[in-house]
Amino acid sequence: MAAMIEVENLRKTYDGGFEALKGVSLSIEEGEILALLGPNGAGKTTLISTICGITEPTSGTIRVGGFDAATNPKAARRQIGIVPQEVNIDMYAKVWDSLAFTRGLWGKPRDDAHIEKVLRQLSLWDKKDGNVMSLSGGMKRRVLIGKALSHEPNVLFLDEPTAGVDVELRKGMWEVVEELRQAGTTIILTTHYLEEAEAMADRIAVITGGEIRLVERKDTLMRRMGHKTLTIELAESIGTLPPVLAEKGVVMEGPQTLSYSYDSASGNTGITRLLTAIRDEGLKLADLSTKQSSLEEIFVGLVHEDDKEKEAAE
Amino acid sequence: MNGHAVATIYKREMQRFRRTIVQSLVAPVISTSLYFVVFGAAIGSRIDQVEGVSYGAYIVPGLIMLTVMMQGTTNSAIAIYFPKYMGAIYEMLAAPVNFFEVTLGLVGAAMTKALIIGTIILGTSFFFVEISILHPFAMVGFLLLTCLSFALLGFIIGIWANSFEQLNLVPQLILTPLIFLGGSFYSASMLPPFWQGLIHLNPVFYLISGFRWSFFGQSDVAVGTSLFAIAIFTAVCLGVIAWIFRTGWRLRA
Ligand SMILES: Nc1ncnc2c1ncn2[C@@H]1O[C@H](COP(=O)(O)OP(=O)(O)OP(=O)(O)O)[C@@H](O)[C@H]1O
Ligand SMILES: [Mg+2]
Repeated sequence: MAAMIEVENLRKTYDGGFEALKGVSLSIEEGEILALLGPNGAGKTTLISTICGITEPTSGTIRVGGFDAATNPKAARRQIGIVPQEVNIDMYAKVWDSLAFTRGLWGKPRDDAHIEKVLRQLSLWDKKDGNVMSLSGGMKRRVLIGKALSHEPNVLFLDEPTAGVDVELRKGMWEVVEELRQAGTTIILTTHYLEEAEAMADRIAVITGGEIRLVERKDTLMRRMGHKTLTIELAESIGTLPPVLAEKGVVMEGPQTLSYSYDSASGNTGITRLLTAIRDEGLKLADLSTKQSSLEEIFVGLVHEDDKEKEAAE
Repeated sequence: MNGHAVATIYKREMQRFRRTIVQSLVAPVISTSLYFVVFGAAIGSRIDQVEGVSYGAYIVPGLIMLTVMMQGTTNSAIAIYFPKYMGAIYEMLAAPVNFFEVTLGLVGAAMTKALIIGTIILGTSFFFVEISILHPFAMVGFLLLTCLSFALLGFIIGIWANSFEQLNLVPQLILTPLIFLGGSFYSASMLPPFWQGLIHLNPVFYLISGFRWSFFGQSDVAVGTSLFAIAIFTAVCLGVIAWIFRTGWRLRA
Protein backbone atom coordinates (compact mmCIF):
# COMPACT_ATOMS: atom_id res chain seq x y z
CA MET A 1 0.00 0.00 0.00
CA ALA A 2 1.16 3.52 -0.81
CA ALA A 3 1.82 6.12 1.86
CA MET A 4 -0.95 8.72 1.89
CA ILE A 5 0.84 11.07 4.24
CA GLU A 6 4.56 11.30 4.52
CA VAL A 7 6.12 13.68 6.97
CA GLU A 8 9.87 13.92 7.23
CA ASN A 9 11.80 15.68 9.93
CA LEU A 10 9.11 18.31 10.43
CA ARG A 11 10.01 21.17 12.71
CA LYS A 12 7.89 24.07 13.86
CA THR A 13 9.14 26.96 15.92
CA TYR A 14 6.45 29.50 16.72
CA ASP A 15 7.13 33.23 16.47
CA GLY A 16 7.73 33.49 20.19
CA GLY A 17 10.61 31.02 19.80
CA PHE A 18 8.82 27.97 21.19
CA GLU A 19 9.67 24.76 19.36
CA ALA A 20 6.39 22.82 19.19
CA LEU A 21 7.58 20.12 16.75
CA LYS A 22 11.10 18.79 17.08
CA GLY A 23 11.72 16.82 13.92
CA VAL A 24 8.61 14.68 13.48
CA SER A 25 8.68 11.87 10.92
CA LEU A 26 5.56 9.88 10.27
CA SER A 27 4.17 7.81 7.44
CA ILE A 28 0.47 6.98 7.16
CA GLU A 29 -0.79 4.35 4.75
CA GLU A 30 -3.71 4.82 2.45
CA GLY A 31 -6.96 3.71 4.08
CA GLU A 32 -5.40 3.55 7.52
CA ILE A 33 -6.78 5.09 10.70
CA LEU A 34 -4.16 6.58 12.96
CA ALA A 35 -4.90 7.87 16.44
CA LEU A 36 -2.58 10.54 17.72
CA LEU A 37 -2.39 10.49 21.49
CA GLY A 38 -0.58 12.90 23.72
CA PRO A 39 -1.07 15.16 26.72
CA ASN A 40 -2.14 18.82 26.42
CA GLY A 41 0.45 20.89 24.63
CA ALA A 42 2.19 17.85 23.10
CA GLY A 43 1.97 19.29 19.58
CA LYS A 44 -0.93 17.31 18.13
CA THR A 45 -2.79 20.32 16.78
CA THR A 46 0.43 21.89 15.56
CA LEU A 47 1.29 18.72 13.63
CA ILE A 48 -2.15 18.52 12.05
CA SER A 49 -2.30 22.24 11.22
CA THR A 50 1.10 22.11 9.61
CA ILE A 51 0.22 19.15 7.41
CA CYS A 52 -3.01 20.89 6.37
CA GLY A 53 -1.31 24.17 5.48
CA ILE A 54 -2.87 26.24 8.27
CA THR A 55 0.45 26.64 10.07
CA GLU A 56 3.71 27.36 8.28
CA PRO A 57 6.37 24.68 8.86
CA THR A 58 9.81 25.88 9.90
CA SER A 59 11.55 23.01 8.09
CA GLY A 60 10.96 19.49 6.86
CA THR A 61 8.87 17.99 4.09
CA ILE A 62 5.22 17.03 3.86
CA ARG A 63 3.74 14.88 1.12
CA VAL A 64 0.04 14.19 0.76
CA GLY A 65 -1.01 11.54 -1.74
CA GLY A 66 2.46 11.85 -3.24
CA PHE A 67 2.20 15.62 -3.73
CA ASP A 68 4.69 17.86 -2.00
CA ALA A 69 2.77 20.37 0.11
CA ALA A 70 5.37 23.09 -0.45
CA THR A 71 5.77 22.84 -4.22
CA ASN A 72 2.31 21.56 -5.17
CA PRO A 73 0.04 22.88 -2.42
CA LYS A 74 -3.21 22.74 -4.35
CA ALA A 75 -2.91 19.08 -5.30
CA ALA A 76 -1.91 18.22 -1.73
CA ARG A 77 -4.75 20.18 -0.16
CA ARG A 78 -7.43 18.87 -2.47
CA GLN A 79 -7.00 15.49 -0.74
CA ILE A 80 -7.50 16.82 2.77
CA GLY A 81 -10.52 17.49 4.94
CA ILE A 82 -9.92 19.02 8.35
CA VAL A 83 -11.99 19.22 11.49
CA PRO A 84 -10.32 21.72 13.84
CA GLN A 85 -10.21 21.33 17.58
CA GLU A 86 -11.83 24.70 18.25
CA VAL A 87 -15.33 25.45 17.06
CA ASN A 88 -14.17 27.97 14.47
CA ILE A 89 -17.18 28.61 12.37
CA ASP A 90 -19.28 31.41 10.95
CA MET A 91 -22.09 31.51 13.52
CA TYR A 92 -24.42 33.49 11.30
CA ALA A 93 -24.41 31.02 8.43
CA LYS A 94 -27.08 28.40 7.96
CA VAL A 95 -25.97 24.82 8.50
CA TRP A 96 -26.65 23.84 4.91
CA ASP A 97 -24.88 26.89 3.50
CA SER A 98 -21.91 26.27 5.73
CA LEU A 99 -21.37 22.80 4.24
CA ALA A 100 -22.05 23.96 0.70
CA PHE A 101 -19.52 26.76 1.16
CA THR A 102 -16.74 24.37 2.16
CA ARG A 103 -17.52 22.10 -0.76
CA GLY A 104 -17.27 25.04 -3.15
CA LEU A 105 -14.05 26.21 -1.57
CA TRP A 106 -12.50 22.83 -2.37
CA GLY A 107 -13.54 23.34 -5.97
CA LYS A 108 -16.17 20.62 -6.08
CA PRO A 109 -19.33 21.18 -8.11
CA ARG A 110 -22.58 21.56 -6.22
CA ASP A 111 -24.06 18.24 -5.08
CA ASP A 112 -27.15 18.56 -2.91
CA ALA A 113 -27.56 14.80 -2.59
CA HIS A 114 -24.12 14.47 -1.05
CA ILE A 115 -24.67 17.32 1.41
CA GLU A 116 -27.98 15.75 2.41
CA LYS A 117 -26.29 12.39 2.96
CA VAL A 118 -23.63 13.95 5.20
CA LEU A 119 -26.18 15.92 7.22
CA ARG A 120 -28.28 12.81 7.78
CA GLN A 121 -25.24 10.76 8.69
CA LEU A 122 -24.41 13.30 11.40
CA SER A 123 -28.02 13.62 12.60
CA LEU A 124 -28.12 17.26 11.54
CA TRP A 125 -30.73 17.00 8.82
CA ASP A 126 -33.52 18.63 10.84
CA LYS A 127 -31.19 21.53 11.65
CA LYS A 128 -30.16 22.25 8.09
CA ASP A 129 -32.00 25.57 7.83
CA GLY A 130 -31.01 26.81 11.28
CA ASN A 131 -28.16 29.21 12.01
CA VAL A 132 -25.04 27.59 13.40
CA MET A 133 -25.44 29.95 16.35
CA SER A 134 -28.70 28.26 17.34
CA LEU A 135 -27.08 24.83 17.73
CA SER A 136 -25.73 23.19 20.86
CA GLY A 137 -21.97 22.78 21.31
CA GLY A 138 -21.96 19.13 20.25
CA MET A 139 -24.03 19.96 17.19
CA LYS A 140 -21.64 22.72 16.18
CA ARG A 141 -18.83 20.21 16.38
CA ARG A 142 -20.76 17.92 14.08
CA VAL A 143 -21.24 20.80 11.63
CA LEU A 144 -17.44 21.09 11.53
CA ILE A 145 -17.23 17.40 10.69
CA GLY A 146 -19.93 17.85 8.06
CA LYS A 147 -17.97 20.68 6.49
CA ALA A 148 -14.90 18.48 6.19
CA LEU A 149 -16.92 15.63 4.70
CA SER A 150 -18.78 17.91 2.31
CA HIS A 151 -15.97 17.79 -0.24
CA GLU A 152 -15.34 14.04 -0.08
CA PRO A 153 -11.71 14.13 1.07
CA ASN A 154 -9.30 11.21 0.69
CA VAL A 155 -7.66 12.06 3.99
CA LEU A 156 -9.56 13.30 6.99
CA PHE A 157 -7.98 14.99 10.01
CA LEU A 158 -10.11 14.98 13.13
CA ASP A 159 -8.71 17.06 15.98
CA GLU A 160 -10.56 15.80 19.04
CA PRO A 161 -13.78 15.12 17.16
CA THR A 162 -15.70 13.86 20.17
CA ALA A 163 -14.77 16.44 22.79
CA GLY A 164 -18.07 17.70 24.17
CA VAL A 165 -20.16 15.16 22.29
CA ASP A 166 -22.51 12.97 24.32
CA VAL A 167 -22.02 9.23 24.69
CA GLU A 168 -24.65 8.17 22.21
CA LEU A 169 -23.42 10.51 19.52
CA ARG A 170 -19.84 9.55 20.23
CA LYS A 171 -20.74 6.00 19.29
CA GLY A 172 -22.56 7.41 16.27
CA MET A 173 -19.39 9.18 15.29
CA TRP A 174 -17.39 5.98 15.54
CA GLU A 175 -19.85 4.50 13.09
CA VAL A 176 -19.33 7.40 10.72
CA VAL A 177 -15.59 6.80 10.93
CA GLU A 178 -16.14 3.11 10.25
CA GLU A 179 -18.20 3.94 7.14
CA LEU A 180 -15.45 6.25 5.95
CA ARG A 181 -12.86 3.57 6.54
CA GLN A 182 -14.87 1.19 4.41
CA ALA A 183 -15.01 3.81 1.69
CA GLY A 184 -11.21 3.89 1.82
CA THR A 185 -10.68 7.24 3.55
CA THR A 186 -7.43 7.69 5.43
CA ILE A 187 -8.10 9.15 8.87
CA ILE A 188 -5.89 10.82 11.43
CA LEU A 189 -7.56 11.65 14.71
CA THR A 190 -6.44 13.02 18.03
CA THR A 191 -8.16 12.08 21.22
CA HIS A 192 -7.65 11.92 24.95
CA TYR A 193 -9.86 8.85 25.28
CA LEU A 194 -8.07 5.54 25.09
CA GLU A 195 -11.41 3.86 24.54
CA GLU A 196 -11.87 5.91 21.42
CA ALA A 197 -8.47 5.12 19.97
CA GLU A 198 -9.18 1.50 20.77
CA ALA A 199 -12.54 1.57 19.01
CA MET A 200 -11.37 3.26 15.83
CA ALA A 201 -7.66 3.16 15.17
CA ASP A 202 -5.45 0.71 13.30
CA ARG A 203 -2.31 2.32 14.63
CA ILE A 204 -1.59 4.59 17.55
CA ALA A 205 1.08 7.25 17.71
CA VAL A 206 2.10 8.84 20.98
CA ILE A 207 3.49 12.35 20.90
CA THR A 208 4.90 14.29 23.85
CA GLY A 209 6.91 17.48 23.90
CA GLY A 210 6.86 17.81 20.12
CA GLU A 211 8.37 14.38 19.48
CA ILE A 212 6.76 11.15 18.38
CA ARG A 213 7.58 8.67 21.12
CA LEU A 214 6.09 5.62 19.58
CA VAL A 215 4.01 4.42 16.65
CA GLU A 216 2.58 0.99 16.96
CA ARG A 217 -0.25 -1.19 15.75
CA LYS A 218 -3.18 -0.96 18.10
CA ASP A 219 -3.35 -4.67 18.96
CA THR A 220 0.31 -4.75 19.93
CA LEU A 221 -0.09 -1.67 22.04
CA MET A 222 -3.30 -2.80 23.71
CA ARG A 223 -1.51 -5.91 24.83
CA ARG A 224 1.13 -3.77 26.44
CA MET A 225 -1.50 -1.60 27.98
CA GLY A 226 -3.92 -4.29 29.09
CA HIS A 227 -3.04 -3.92 32.71
CA LYS A 228 -6.08 -3.76 34.98
CA THR A 229 -6.77 -3.71 38.68
CA LEU A 230 -9.68 -5.49 40.35
CA THR A 231 -10.74 -3.97 43.65
CA ILE A 232 -12.69 -6.18 46.01
CA GLU A 233 -14.72 -4.67 48.85
CA LEU A 234 -15.55 -7.14 51.59
CA ALA A 235 -18.73 -7.11 53.68
CA GLU A 236 -16.80 -7.65 56.90
CA SER A 237 -13.32 -6.68 58.11
CA ILE A 238 -10.61 -9.29 58.20
CA GLY A 239 -7.47 -9.20 60.34
CA THR A 240 -5.00 -10.85 58.02
CA LEU A 241 -4.99 -11.87 54.40
CA PRO A 242 -5.63 -15.62 53.98
CA PRO A 243 -2.43 -17.22 52.56
CA VAL A 244 -4.38 -18.81 49.67
CA LEU A 245 -5.21 -15.37 48.40
CA ALA A 246 -1.76 -13.94 49.03
CA GLU A 247 -0.36 -16.75 46.89
CA LYS A 248 -2.51 -15.63 44.01
CA GLY A 249 -1.09 -12.12 44.15
CA VAL A 250 -3.88 -10.43 46.10
CA VAL A 251 -2.84 -7.39 48.10
CA MET A 252 -4.59 -6.05 51.17
CA GLU A 253 -5.38 -2.36 50.77
CA GLY A 254 -7.36 -2.02 54.01
CA PRO A 255 -9.29 -4.16 56.52
CA GLN A 256 -12.16 -4.52 54.02
CA THR A 257 -10.39 -3.87 50.72
CA LEU A 258 -8.37 -6.24 48.55
CA SER A 259 -6.85 -5.59 45.18
CA TYR A 260 -5.70 -7.85 42.36
CA SER A 261 -3.76 -6.91 39.25
CA TYR A 262 -4.10 -8.85 36.03
CA ASP A 263 -3.57 -8.63 32.29
CA SER A 264 -6.96 -8.21 30.64
CA ALA A 265 -5.59 -9.18 27.23
CA SER A 266 -4.27 -12.56 28.34
CA GLY A 267 -6.56 -15.58 27.95
CA ASN A 268 -6.26 -16.53 31.59
CA THR A 269 -6.83 -13.65 33.96
CA GLY A 270 -7.22 -15.87 37.03
CA ILE A 271 -10.33 -14.00 38.16
CA THR A 272 -12.59 -17.05 38.27
CA ARG A 273 -10.11 -18.99 40.40
CA LEU A 274 -9.66 -15.99 42.66
CA LEU A 275 -13.39 -15.58 43.24
CA THR A 276 -13.75 -19.31 43.94
CA ALA A 277 -10.95 -19.07 46.51
CA ILE A 278 -12.65 -16.11 48.19
CA ARG A 279 -15.89 -18.07 48.46
CA ASP A 280 -14.05 -21.12 49.81
CA GLU A 281 -12.50 -18.92 52.51
CA GLY A 282 -16.04 -17.94 53.51
CA LEU A 283 -15.53 -14.23 52.79
CA LYS A 284 -18.59 -12.16 51.74
CA LEU A 285 -18.32 -9.66 48.90
CA ALA A 286 -19.81 -6.17 49.18
CA ASP A 287 -18.62 -4.77 45.83
CA LEU A 288 -16.32 -5.35 42.90
CA SER A 289 -14.76 -2.82 40.55
CA THR A 290 -12.08 -2.83 37.92
CA LYS A 291 -9.87 0.02 36.86
CA GLN A 292 -7.79 0.33 33.75
CA SER A 293 -4.55 2.29 33.87
CA SER A 294 -5.36 5.83 32.77
CA LEU A 295 -4.02 7.10 29.51
CA GLU A 296 -1.81 9.51 31.40
CA GLU A 297 -0.23 6.62 33.35
CA ILE A 298 0.24 4.69 30.16
CA PHE A 299 1.96 7.65 28.53
CA VAL A 300 4.29 8.02 31.43
CA GLY A 301 4.93 4.28 31.41
CA LEU A 302 5.57 4.16 27.68
CA VAL A 303 7.79 7.16 27.56
CA HIS A 304 9.73 5.92 30.53
CA GLU A 305 10.12 2.48 28.99
CA ASP A 306 11.14 4.05 25.74
CA ASP A 307 13.81 6.17 27.39
CA LYS A 308 15.17 3.12 29.19
CA GLU A 309 15.36 1.21 25.92
CA LYS A 310 17.23 4.09 24.37
CA GLU A 311 19.65 4.22 27.27
CA ALA A 312 20.16 0.50 27.05
CA ALA A 313 20.91 0.78 23.36
CA GLU A 314 23.57 3.42 23.94
CA MET B 1 -7.62 28.20 -11.33
CA ASN B 2 -10.19 27.08 -8.76
CA GLY B 3 -13.13 28.92 -10.31
CA HIS B 4 -15.65 27.16 -8.10
CA ALA B 5 -13.91 28.51 -5.03
CA VAL B 6 -13.87 32.09 -6.34
CA ALA B 7 -17.58 31.90 -7.20
CA THR B 8 -18.34 30.34 -3.81
CA ILE B 9 -16.53 33.07 -1.88
CA TYR B 10 -18.07 35.80 -4.00
CA LYS B 11 -21.59 34.43 -3.67
CA ARG B 12 -21.39 34.08 0.06
CA GLU B 13 -20.30 37.68 0.46
CA MET B 14 -23.11 38.89 -1.77
CA GLN B 15 -25.56 36.79 0.20
CA ARG B 16 -24.39 38.54 3.36
CA PHE B 17 -24.92 41.88 1.63
CA ARG B 18 -28.48 40.94 0.71
CA ARG B 19 -29.22 40.03 4.31
CA THR B 20 -28.35 43.55 5.43
CA ILE B 21 -29.30 45.40 2.29
CA VAL B 22 -31.48 48.00 3.96
CA GLN B 23 -28.81 49.21 6.38
CA SER B 24 -26.18 48.96 3.68
CA LEU B 25 -28.06 51.25 1.35
CA VAL B 26 -30.03 53.59 3.57
CA ALA B 27 -27.08 54.85 5.60
CA PRO B 28 -25.00 56.11 2.65
CA VAL B 29 -28.04 57.61 0.94
CA ILE B 30 -28.95 59.56 4.07
CA SER B 31 -25.44 60.84 4.66
CA THR B 32 -25.04 61.86 1.02
CA SER B 33 -28.32 63.72 1.13
CA LEU B 34 -27.03 65.57 4.19
CA TYR B 35 -23.87 66.51 2.31
CA PHE B 36 -25.99 67.91 -0.48
CA VAL B 37 -28.04 69.96 1.91
CA VAL B 38 -25.05 71.31 3.83
CA PHE B 39 -22.42 71.66 1.11
CA GLY B 40 -24.65 72.15 -1.86
CA ALA B 41 -27.36 74.39 -0.46
CA ALA B 42 -25.66 76.24 2.40
CA ILE B 43 -22.14 76.67 1.02
CA GLY B 44 -23.20 76.49 -2.61
CA SER B 45 -25.35 79.57 -2.20
CA ARG B 46 -22.14 81.54 -1.53
CA ILE B 47 -19.87 79.90 -4.12
CA ASP B 48 -21.92 79.88 -7.23
CA GLN B 49 -19.52 78.26 -9.69
CA VAL B 50 -16.29 76.31 -9.74
CA GLU B 51 -14.62 76.05 -13.11
CA GLY B 52 -17.88 76.87 -14.81
CA VAL B 53 -19.92 74.26 -12.98
CA SER B 54 -22.45 75.02 -10.25
CA TYR B 55 -21.01 74.10 -6.83
CA GLY B 56 -23.84 71.68 -6.13
CA ALA B 57 -23.01 69.71 -9.26
CA TYR B 58 -19.25 70.13 -8.78
CA ILE B 59 -19.25 68.13 -5.55
CA VAL B 60 -21.25 65.19 -6.96
CA PRO B 61 -18.20 63.22 -8.21
CA GLY B 62 -16.42 63.88 -4.90
CA LEU B 63 -19.42 62.68 -2.91
CA ILE B 64 -19.74 59.51 -4.93
CA MET B 65 -16.02 58.87 -4.50
CA LEU B 66 -16.22 59.52 -0.78
CA THR B 67 -18.92 56.89 -0.35
CA VAL B 68 -17.39 54.37 -2.72
CA MET B 69 -13.97 54.60 -1.10
CA MET B 70 -15.37 54.24 2.40
CA GLN B 71 -17.66 51.38 1.42
CA GLY B 72 -15.07 49.55 -0.65
CA THR B 73 -12.54 49.76 2.16
CA THR B 74 -14.78 48.80 5.06
CA ASN B 75 -16.61 46.05 3.19
CA SER B 76 -13.49 44.23 2.20
CA ALA B 77 -11.78 44.86 5.54
CA ILE B 78 -14.72 43.20 7.30
CA ALA B 79 -14.88 40.38 4.74
CA ILE B 80 -11.40 39.19 5.72
CA TYR B 81 -11.33 40.35 9.35
CA PHE B 82 -14.55 38.56 10.27
CA PRO B 83 -13.43 34.98 9.43
CA LYS B 84 -10.06 35.77 10.98
CA TYR B 85 -11.78 36.86 14.18
CA MET B 86 -14.16 33.88 14.21
CA GLY B 87 -11.34 31.47 13.41
CA ALA B 88 -13.22 30.34 10.31
CA ILE B 89 -10.23 31.48 8.24
CA TYR B 90 -8.71 28.02 8.78
CA GLU B 91 -10.83 26.82 5.91
CA MET B 92 -9.47 29.31 3.45
CA LEU B 93 -5.92 28.53 4.56
CA ALA B 94 -6.41 24.78 4.22
CA ALA B 95 -8.43 24.86 1.01
CA PRO B 96 -6.85 24.37 -2.42
CA VAL B 97 -7.05 28.09 -3.20
CA ASN B 98 -4.26 30.56 -3.73
CA PHE B 99 -4.02 34.19 -2.70
CA PHE B 100 -5.26 35.40 -6.03
CA GLU B 101 -8.47 33.39 -5.83
CA VAL B 102 -9.31 34.40 -2.27
CA THR B 103 -8.62 38.03 -3.09
CA LEU B 104 -10.64 37.83 -6.28
CA GLY B 105 -13.67 36.45 -4.43
CA LEU B 106 -13.60 38.74 -1.40
CA VAL B 107 -12.39 41.91 -3.09
CA GLY B 108 -14.67 41.25 -6.07
CA ALA B 109 -17.67 41.15 -3.77
CA ALA B 110 -16.58 44.25 -1.87
CA MET B 111 -16.14 46.03 -5.21
CA THR B 112 -19.58 45.01 -6.36
CA LYS B 113 -21.18 46.31 -3.18
CA ALA B 114 -19.34 49.61 -3.45
CA LEU B 115 -20.35 49.88 -7.07
CA ILE B 116 -24.02 49.31 -6.27
CA ILE B 117 -23.92 51.92 -3.53
CA GLY B 118 -22.04 54.38 -5.77
CA THR B 119 -24.69 54.00 -8.46
CA ILE B 120 -27.44 54.65 -5.94
CA ILE B 121 -25.67 57.78 -4.71
CA LEU B 122 -25.40 58.99 -8.29
CA GLY B 123 -29.13 58.34 -8.66
CA THR B 124 -29.81 60.25 -5.44
CA SER B 125 -27.82 63.25 -6.63
CA PHE B 126 -30.16 63.68 -9.59
CA PHE B 127 -32.82 64.68 -7.08
CA PHE B 128 -30.69 67.54 -5.80
CA VAL B 129 -28.81 68.98 -8.75
CA GLU B 130 -28.77 68.98 -12.49
CA ILE B 131 -25.81 67.07 -13.84
CA SER B 132 -24.78 65.63 -17.14
CA ILE B 133 -22.02 63.10 -17.67
CA LEU B 134 -19.69 63.97 -20.56
CA HIS B 135 -17.77 60.68 -20.70
CA PRO B 136 -20.01 57.97 -19.27
CA PHE B 137 -17.65 55.08 -20.13
CA ALA B 138 -14.68 56.78 -18.53
CA MET B 139 -16.91 57.52 -15.54
CA VAL B 140 -17.70 53.82 -15.12
CA GLY B 141 -14.03 52.99 -15.61
CA PHE B 142 -12.86 55.38 -12.90
CA LEU B 143 -15.60 54.15 -10.59
CA LEU B 144 -14.47 50.54 -11.09
CA LEU B 145 -10.82 51.43 -10.51
CA THR B 146 -11.73 53.25 -7.33
CA CYS B 147 -13.79 50.34 -6.05
CA LEU B 148 -10.94 47.97 -6.85
CA SER B 149 -8.06 49.91 -5.38
CA PHE B 150 -9.85 50.78 -2.15
CA ALA B 151 -11.24 47.29 -1.72
CA LEU B 152 -7.63 46.11 -1.94
CA LEU B 153 -6.57 48.68 0.64
CA GLY B 154 -9.40 47.53 2.92
CA PHE B 155 -8.32 43.94 2.50
CA ILE B 156 -4.86 44.81 3.78
CA ILE B 157 -6.34 46.72 6.72
CA GLY B 158 -8.60 43.75 7.54
CA ILE B 159 -5.65 41.36 7.61
CA TRP B 160 -3.53 43.77 9.61
CA ALA B 161 -6.21 44.62 12.21
CA ASN B 162 -6.04 42.73 15.49
CA SER B 163 -9.15 44.20 17.06
CA PHE B 164 -12.49 45.69 16.14
CA GLU B 165 -11.20 49.10 17.29
CA GLN B 166 -8.42 49.01 14.75
CA LEU B 167 -10.81 47.78 12.12
CA ASN B 168 -13.13 50.71 12.75
CA LEU B 169 -10.66 53.47 13.41
CA VAL B 170 -7.95 52.91 10.85
CA PRO B 171 -10.02 53.27 7.69
CA GLN B 172 -11.36 56.52 9.09
CA LEU B 173 -7.95 57.65 10.22
CA ILE B 174 -6.44 56.98 6.81
CA LEU B 175 -9.36 57.70 4.56
CA THR B 176 -10.89 60.81 6.07
CA PRO B 177 -7.78 62.97 5.57
CA LEU B 178 -7.03 61.43 2.19
CA ILE B 179 -10.53 62.14 0.99
CA PHE B 180 -10.88 65.62 2.44
CA LEU B 181 -7.39 66.61 1.35
CA GLY B 182 -7.92 65.02 -2.04
CA GLY B 183 -10.04 67.72 -3.58
CA SER B 184 -13.40 66.05 -3.05
CA PHE B 185 -15.20 69.30 -2.42
CA TYR B 186 -12.94 71.86 -4.09
CA SER B 187 -10.49 72.31 -6.94
CA ALA B 188 -6.80 71.97 -6.17
CA SER B 189 -6.27 75.37 -7.75
CA MET B 190 -8.22 76.89 -4.85
CA LEU B 191 -5.51 75.78 -2.36
CA PRO B 192 -2.40 77.68 -1.22
CA PRO B 193 0.82 76.56 -3.05
CA PHE B 194 2.15 74.35 -0.20
CA TRP B 195 -1.03 72.28 -0.08
CA GLN B 196 -1.17 72.14 -3.85
CA GLY B 197 2.20 70.41 -3.80
CA LEU B 198 1.20 68.05 -1.03
CA ILE B 199 -2.03 67.04 -2.68
CA HIS B 200 -0.06 65.51 -5.54
CA LEU B 201 1.10 62.75 -3.18
CA ASN B 202 -2.46 61.74 -2.46
CA PRO B 203 -3.83 58.89 -4.60
CA VAL B 204 -7.38 60.05 -3.91
CA PHE B 205 -6.62 63.34 -5.61
CA TYR B 206 -5.88 61.56 -8.92
CA LEU B 207 -8.99 59.44 -8.68
CA ILE B 208 -11.26 62.38 -8.00
CA SER B 209 -9.63 64.50 -10.64
CA GLY B 210 -10.11 61.81 -13.27
CA PHE B 211 -13.61 61.03 -12.11
CA ARG B 212 -14.59 64.68 -12.21
CA TRP B 213 -13.15 64.97 -15.68
CA SER B 214 -15.50 62.19 -16.85
CA PHE B 215 -18.43 64.34 -15.67
CA PHE B 216 -17.40 67.87 -16.67
CA GLY B 217 -14.45 67.52 -19.03
CA GLN B 218 -12.12 69.48 -16.73
CA SER B 219 -9.53 68.19 -14.34
CA ASP B 220 -6.71 69.25 -12.05
CA VAL B 221 -4.25 66.88 -13.73
CA ALA B 222 -4.15 65.18 -17.13
CA VAL B 223 -6.34 62.09 -17.34
CA GLY B 224 -3.36 59.94 -18.33
CA THR B 225 -1.54 61.03 -15.18
CA SER B 226 -4.60 60.12 -13.13
CA LEU B 227 -4.72 56.64 -14.63
CA PHE B 228 -1.01 56.15 -14.10
CA ALA B 229 -1.20 57.17 -10.44
CA ILE B 230 -4.15 54.87 -9.82
CA ALA B 231 -2.42 51.98 -11.55
CA ILE B 232 0.57 52.43 -9.24
CA PHE B 233 -1.61 52.59 -6.14
CA THR B 234 -3.46 49.42 -7.18
CA ALA B 235 -0.22 47.62 -7.99
CA VAL B 236 1.25 48.50 -4.59
CA CYS B 237 -1.84 47.14 -2.82
CA LEU B 238 -1.73 43.95 -4.88
CA GLY B 239 1.97 43.54 -4.18
CA VAL B 240 1.38 43.87 -0.44
CA ILE B 241 -1.41 41.29 -0.58
CA ALA B 242 0.71 38.85 -2.56
CA TRP B 243 3.47 39.24 0.02
CA ILE B 244 0.97 38.68 2.87
CA PHE B 245 -0.28 35.44 1.39
CA ARG B 246 3.20 34.20 0.59
CA THR B 247 4.52 34.82 4.07
CA GLY B 248 1.25 34.19 5.89
CA TRP B 249 1.71 37.46 7.80
CA ARG B 250 -1.07 37.82 10.40
CA LEU B 251 -2.86 34.86 8.83
CA ARG B 252 -0.75 31.78 9.50
CA ALA B 253 1.05 31.07 12.75
N1 LIG C 1 0.20 30.12 17.77
C1 LIG C 1 1.06 29.70 18.70
N2 LIG C 1 2.06 30.49 19.12
C2 LIG C 1 2.95 30.07 20.05
N3 LIG C 1 2.90 28.87 20.63
C3 LIG C 1 1.92 28.02 20.27
C4 LIG C 1 0.95 28.39 19.29
N4 LIG C 1 0.09 27.36 19.13
C5 LIG C 1 0.51 26.40 19.97
N5 LIG C 1 1.61 26.79 20.66
C6 LIG C 1 2.35 26.00 21.64
O1 LIG C 1 2.78 24.79 21.04
C7 LIG C 1 2.62 23.69 21.93
C8 LIG C 1 1.79 22.61 21.27
O2 LIG C 1 0.47 23.07 21.12
P1 LIG C 1 -0.65 22.20 20.42
O3 LIG C 1 -1.85 23.05 20.28
O4 LIG C 1 -0.10 21.62 19.18
O5 LIG C 1 -0.88 21.06 21.51
P2 LIG C 1 -1.93 19.86 21.49
O6 LIG C 1 -1.13 18.61 21.54
O7 LIG C 1 -2.87 20.00 20.38
O8 LIG C 1 -2.64 20.05 22.89
P3 LIG C 1 -4.19 19.84 23.32
O9 LIG C 1 -4.35 18.42 23.71
O10 LIG C 1 -4.33 20.73 24.51
O11 LIG C 1 -5.04 20.24 22.19
C9 LIG C 1 2.02 24.26 23.20
O12 LIG C 1 3.05 24.43 24.13
C10 LIG C 1 1.45 25.59 22.79
O13 LIG C 1 1.52 26.52 23.83
MG1 LIG D 1 -4.83 20.34 20.24
